[in-house]
Amino acid sequence: MAQALVDTSTIPGWGVDTDPKNNPTYPMRHIEDQKSRGLTWQRPPLQEPQVEVLQSIEHNRLPAVVGTSTPPSGLSGAIRRYAFRRSESDWWHWLLLMGADRINVVEGVIEDLAAGKVPNVPAEMGAKSEWQHNKNGLLLKAGATLAIGAVLVAIVQARREDRADEDEGETIAAEPTRVTGPIEEPAPSVDLPASQVVPLPGLDA
Amino acid sequence: MLAMNYRGPYRVRADEKPMPQILHPEDAIIRVTRSCICGSDLHLYHGMVPDTRVGMTFGHEFCGIVEQVGPAVQNLKVGDHVLVPFNIACGKCHFCQQGLFGNCHESNAQATAVGGIYGYSHTAGGYDGGQAQYVRVPYADVGPTVIPDWMDPDDAVLLTDVVPTGYQAAEMGAIKPGDTVVVFGAGPVGLMAARSAWLFGAGRVIVIDCEEYRLEFARTFGPAEVYNFREIDDVVVFLKKQTDSLGADVCIDAVGGDASGNALQWFFGTKLKLEAGNAIALHWAINSVKKGGVVSMVGVYGPTGNMVPIGNVVNKGITIRANQASVKRLLPRLIEHIRAGHINPKAMITHRVPLTDVADAYHIFAAKLDGCIKPVLLPNGA
Repeated sequence: MAQALVDTSTIPGWGVDTDPKNNPTYPMRHIEDQKSRGLTWQRPPLQEPQVEVLQSIEHNRLPAVVGTSTPPSGLSGAIRRYAFRRSESDWWHWLLLMGADRINVVEGVIEDLAAGKVPNVPAEMGAKSEWQHNKNGLLLKAGATLAIGAVLVAIVQARREDRADEDEGETIAAEPTRVTGPIEEPAPSVDLPASQVVPLPGLDA
Repeated sequence: MLAMNYRGPYRVRADEKPMPQILHPEDAIIRVTRSCICGSDLHLYHGMVPDTRVGMTFGHEFCGIVEQVGPAVQNLKVGDHVLVPFNIACGKCHFCQQGLFGNCHESNAQATAVGGIYGYSHTAGGYDGGQAQYVRVPYADVGPTVIPDWMDPDDAVLLTDVVPTGYQAAEMGAIKPGDTVVVFGAGPVGLMAARSAWLFGAGRVIVIDCEEYRLEFARTFGPAEVYNFREIDDVVVFLKKQTDSLGADVCIDAVGGDASGNALQWFFGTKLKLEAGNAIALHWAINSVKKGGVVSMVGVYGPTGNMVPIGNVVNKGITIRANQASVKRLLPRLIEHIRAGHINPKAMITHRVPLTDVADAYHIFAAKLDGCIKPVLLPNGA
């Protein structure tokens, strides 16, 4: 076994909390203190929430105190209400809540704009500290973003030009031939002897 | 009042918000003097915890002055400087009566799996947190503890979560004298877990991380043997070689869902969010612990599922212990440890930031810039 690198005699307080009772079941439960089971404790006074509070269906009653931050609202709120019809054990409960969280971000931007405030996203993401402590990283990220942006713009531009060319070609083909002069009768076909028939490349003879 | 305002993944700012109100007879209003950003706040910041609503104020590690109390509060008075455990606990329910203050049944309407936690999404009850000038504190007679005169408030604020969580990680490890303990993660909780492992009599403490500056800090703060997993081909094989191929007696997951170190887990968990975060630290812990050993989990994951080698838990006969720290239960012992000089939590604080710069504080902590280990917000000035 590799040699330990730290001499325990140099550690202040080494072993002061060693206790043979500290086996894996301690301090999980103090069963001896458990006089009764079930929802039998004397409850604290009950808070009467003034805002909508969603409740897990695994609870059979609202806890005595509740948080009142950011009650559900908008589309995200509707999804959250739907999610709370499912139990904490149901994966959909959590996936719906995660989806609602993402929608809520868009709602937050709309809320800012409606209040006449344009969110300063770089500042909210800590761009100042990135500039102070990771200038190279920031420049690298900015460069990479610009490069990816430039490539995307070039791809879109090229596709647009291709499409324009295709559209032009289709337009020419679709245009009816205008005939301004008198229509001539086609020359009568002449049957050639078989020896003079030359097969066209790519076509079956 | 000024408060942190979550606007979406990677986006936060400081905004004016209404003052909190007394909503229950056992409430108090606290004027916040210090409020930390916790590693688990980064799970919220990265959009990994379901039901994290735009407009919420985060912050579950704070201390402050009692500004107002509800009519039923008896143990606190206006002007007391208190530290507030991150658990919102009634002190009366089936779980609180057993000392499981992190599992209170009377504080979280939205979920039964976890008790209420300040500023930690609606999955943890929907309470605004302490990264604000003022905060509502329910059950004020149960959680808040008056800071002793001799204690530095910087130590006090770290007693609200980081210190008890790290200590409980070691406690749940059921460490015996001479045990080899491996701690995954050299963040503040991992550092405290490593430090606490010695108090329980560990013979060796090994810390695994990928951030050199944090490993360097762990080397002296633990003190601990430290290894960078990016310089190791296979973490599990390496740890087996360190332990005569048997494995460590105790492995502690002090990372949670925001881990690095496995592309597959990162892609499915962190990016696609099809898992409850990247569970590579837990994966390593299960595979590195010896047969019959203990894996202690305090790293935070989302409420869905994760890819971990659960079959090995059965095959190796591993005991897995996990919980949110029961802060109130542990406080008396931890206060003694600080007074005796056994632990020095405030040494972990590297950044002090006014609340107005909260976006930069989050970014510095999340991106591990400027040697950041633990940032503290000062909502009402220094």
